[in-house]
Amino acid sequence: MGSRLSITLLALAAFTTAAQAQDKDKTGDIVARGEYLARAGDCTACHTAPEGRLFAGGRAMPTPFGTLYTSNITPDPETGIGKWSADDFYKTMHNGRFPDGGLIYPAMPFASYTKVTRADSDAIFAYLRSIPPVSQKNRPHELRFPYDNRQLILGWRTLFFSEGEFKPDPKKSAEWNRGAYLVEGLGHCGMCHSPINALGGTSQSDAFKGGLIPMQNWYAPSLTSNREAGLGDWSIKDITDLLQTGVSARGVVYGPMAEVVHNSLQYLDDADTKAMAVYLKGISEPSPPPPASSALPTTESSLLISLGKTVYDKNCASCHGTQGEGKPPHWPPLANNQSIEMQSAVNPIRMVLNGGYPPGTKGNPMPYGMPPFAGLLSDNEVAAVVSYIRTAWGNRGTPVSAREANELRSAPLN
Amino acid sequence: MLWSGINRPSLLEGDELFARTTALAIAILAAIDAAAAQTANQPPDTMAARVEACTPCHGNKGEGTSDVYFPRLAGKPAGYLYNQLLAFRSGRRKYPPMNYLLEFLPDPYLEAMAEYFASEHPPLPQPAPSEVSKDVLAQGEQLATSGDAGRNIPACVSCHGPGLTGMQPGIPGLLGLRAPYISAQLGAWRYGTRTARSPDCMQLVAGHLTEADVTAVAAWLATRPAPANPAPVPKGTYALPFGCGSQPN
Repeated sequence: MGSRLSITLLALAAFTTAAQAQDKDKTGDIVARGEYLARAGDCTACHTAPEGRLFAGGRAMPTPFGTLYTSNITPDPETGIGKWSADDFYKTMHNGRFPDGGLIYPAMPFASYTKVTRADSDAIFAYLRSIPPVSQKNRPHELRFPYDNRQLILGWRTLFFSEGEFKPDPKKSAEWNRGAYLVEGLGHCGMCHSPINALGGTSQSDAFKGGLIPMQNWYAPSLTSNREAGLGDWSIKDITDLLQTGVSARGVVYGPMAEVVHNSLQYLDDADTKAMAVYLKGISEPSPPPPASSALPTTESSLLISLGKTVYDKNCASCHGTQGEGKPPHWPPLANNQSIEMQSAVNPIRMVLNGGYPPGTKGNPMPYGMPPFAGLLSDNEVAAVVSYIRTAWGNRGTPVSAREANELRSAPLN
Repeated sequence: MLWSGINRPSLLEGDELFARTTALAIAILAAIDAAAAQTANQPPDTMAARVEACTPCHGNKGEGTSDVYFPRLAGKPAGYLYNQLLAFRSGRRKYPPMNYLLEFLPDPYLEAMAEYFASEHPPLPQPAPSEVSKDVLAQGEQLATSGDAGRNIPACVSCHGPGLTGMQPGIPGLLGLRAPYISAQLGAWRYGTRTARSPDCMQLVAGHLTEADVTAVAAWLATRPAPANPAPVPKGTYALPFGCGSQPN
């Protein structure tokens, strides 16, 4: 009898241990999945300050309305989200409200995160519960009147926020839908790649149509127009290369997009990256090229372009090639490069002035960099060389003026 | 005709020599071609090509440029350069063009950049004639070589070395820099806009300096000629007079 009982107990003990181990695996799985999804959402870009602890917040976010400070999302019970439930977290992601119902400023991309599924929200929450808690009080925002009144957010929400999880399009493939889910949801690509109006909002019909990023003075090109960053005539491999490594045969990422690849996209697996590529390629709308028009008088343009060729041959051709062919992927081609040709000349001017490195990624750990020419070229020379690369080798951009070049000398660098 | 009477036997005669030379030349050309075919469409796989973004301000080999505010990098200890790259990347050391360039580069790459410039040894420049008076230079020399114990100012040489060439791995040499750069950096330490890991020894030192001290020290340091051996001395060659976060003991 006694021995039977012990056998039973032993068996029970063994069963319990196995069950616990299984639970632990499950927890491990969900935490790992949450970490992956937190990467896809690029939470760290805002919620980790430079030299700060992971997800302890405190990063300053300059906006046209004042400076916001990001919040501590570590599991510290007093200063972080340690007392939150998974429901609270989902409500924040899905509806842009704190657990007590308070309104969140839309710098937090809840207009995109609302598309995230409950299961994915729970996984991210499980991951955030697993990281070391950091006791660090949130710094109050410094917004100008009247923007310091959170009730104004209600108006913003009425205009620009529509709540709702992602609904797959049954007419499209599972891959396309996965890409759409990532791009429109966690990826919150529309936050930069859609035009932002004076109210800091963007309308659904303008999604992914491109726009100047407020405060940063970089132009986030349209993802739908092939005259900008539309990827309609890119191969899937070139798109996935760009997203995963930061460099591709067609061009490299720079400016704010370097941050996105560095902190987020390089960590996505091959299947998700390809899904995003398929979706992004799919949303491009080939548009007939508008007739080239320039604000500059023809004589001034031709003078600029002829000076531009001299500047180019002396300073640029050794890497980018005499015909703008480059040595891709590391030295990007400038001929047939949408980033050079597009309507806004902000980015090519800034690249000439500031230079830049693509991000160091797993796939490209030691990127080649472009030297800054702000100290070497005059406004006129910058305008000339940018006018030249925008119009040479069949490129269909327009010339730019020395004034435009001069204005961007004071653009913020970080 | 000194050589005419000497019979120099040729190893290979006429046609054969030509044929063999041609064959060799073709083989070499083919080898070069094959190597070129692999790399013709790619930038050189070198650090020199990767740090071209640094060269407009710091010179091709980190020797500096005509702009007196951009420092020489060549030959400084790799540990020091790496610390600066990390500080610029995180924004602790503020200079927007540098902060921007480094923002998304990983540690091992910054380390490789530091190693690259540390291993370059272009000659030090001729010191430019100083624009300050002899008295000011003498004051600078006094502070740099002996310090001022009464005001708690250690001599520059007590940390940066008797030859001012720095010490591995974290203490930079002070040679080959122009007075405006040194003065700007000392000013930044004094005002707390340039900081380093605690204990922040340079901030403590610079905090005791007056503006006149800064001018004098910067001017004197910029007049120093290149020593026979400009390399930083090995780690532990001498003991530092006080703790320094950048050079843990």
